Amino acid sequence: MYSQGLLKQDTAAVESEEFLAAFQDRIDAEEKIEPNDRMPAAYRKTLVRQIGQHAHSEIVGMLPEGNWITRAPTLKRKAALLAKVQDEGGHGLYLYAAAETLGVSREKMTGELLAGTAKYSSIFNYPTLSWADIGAIGWLVDGAAIMNQIPLCRCSYGPYARAMIRICREESFHQRQGFEIMTRLSQGSSEQKSMAQDALDRWWWPSLMMFGPHDAASRHSEQSMKWKIKRFTNDSLRQKFIDAIVPQAEYLQLKIPDPELKWDPERNDGAGGYAHGPIDWDEFRRVLKGQGPMARERLRARREAWETGAWVREAALAHADKRDRQRAQVA
Amino acid sequence: MTDLMPIWEVFVRPRNGLAHKHVGSLHAGDEELALQAARDVYTRRNEGNSIWVVRSEHIAASDPDRAAENFQPSADKVYRHPTFYSVPDGVENL
Repeated sequence: MYSQGLLKQDTAAVESEEFLAAFQDRIDAEEKIEPNDRMPAAYRKTLVRQIGQHAHSEIVGMLPEGNWITRAPTLKRKAALLAKVQDEGGHGLYLYAAAETLGVSREKMTGELLAGTAKYSSIFNYPTLSWADIGAIGWLVDGAAIMNQIPLCRCSYGPYARAMIRICREESFHQRQGFEIMTRLSQGSSEQKSMAQDALDRWWWPSLMMFGPHDAASRHSEQSMKWKIKRFTNDSLRQKFIDAIVPQAEYLQLKIPDPELKWDPERNDGAGGYAHGPIDWDEFRRVLKGQGPMARERLRARREAWETGAWVREAALAHADKRDRQRAQVA
Repeated sequence: MTDLMPIWEVFVRPRNGLAHKHVGSLHAGDEELALQAARDVYTRRNEGNSIWVVRSEHIAASDPDRAAENFQPSADKVYRHPTFYSVPDGVENL
């Protein structure tokens, strides 16, 4: 499995103080860690968890948008949405491949997703009720994802950073196509405009939750920052997102559903930024835990895809096996 | 989860004149399916015009723990670089 298996070598480290200090020195010197390098068990575990959740999110993230492929209003929108959903499948695969370099198997990760024991982003447990939701997802959900992902291009773990560079390059069209849908709807009939507003109303708060808990409540943040897996805190990225989105919503003449949203000249070290109202973290935890009908539907759809695709995997392996045997006979 | 799908490393040549470069890995039953999957996964945006796939288990790699003894000696052989040698003033084309 990628370089991990190349020498079949054991990359577990004896975690002496000297080893941990030398490892931290490499991180501090901005040296990338590669699959065959010795690394602390906790560094590996953190990455397996984070990259795995990220991969699952891409795969489950295909479902809410896939819901609208057959009902896209024009051929142009349909082609764009198909390409976007295909990208998300591809992004899931880059990320699974990056996680596999850490010694966790694809089969194990898939098994955990299907068993419901692995987490994925809570945002994908919300339903896509109208075409405007496809616009709001591209604009807000992909916008938030890009905010989170750009710093990951500089993550200390080489394969993850390389996967993120590819992903970020491909995702820039995702947000733009979403904003274009929102623009068209918000300049359309009053019915279309209210569809756009309704989508913003439903996706705004879940999008803010995508950045994770507030810094004070974020369990993994501090160590991840020290290892340069994360580069910015949840709250600072959320702030950046809000500051970017508010003027875009003004352009669309849509109202962000937060009565407490206001300009605060003290934010961003005195450069100014938007203050926002409280986030409903109970909802976040409920949705993340997979409560609610959409969470069950997402896992049902993934399990069905896995089970109905089983014959394809079996046929591919049987064919490869048969051909190997035929070649052996000829030789 | 029946049999495990083998892992393949994927190399893409961006254009003629450049070498194939490692871009990632994927799972596939055989080389034909691996090439098709590599095309779908790694070349959706004109990334290249040629793909190589090779079973991961067929790659041998140097040991990172021995990187110092393998690669550092080249750093103290400064006489392998042109800047080690002095060129007299006024001498050109050297």
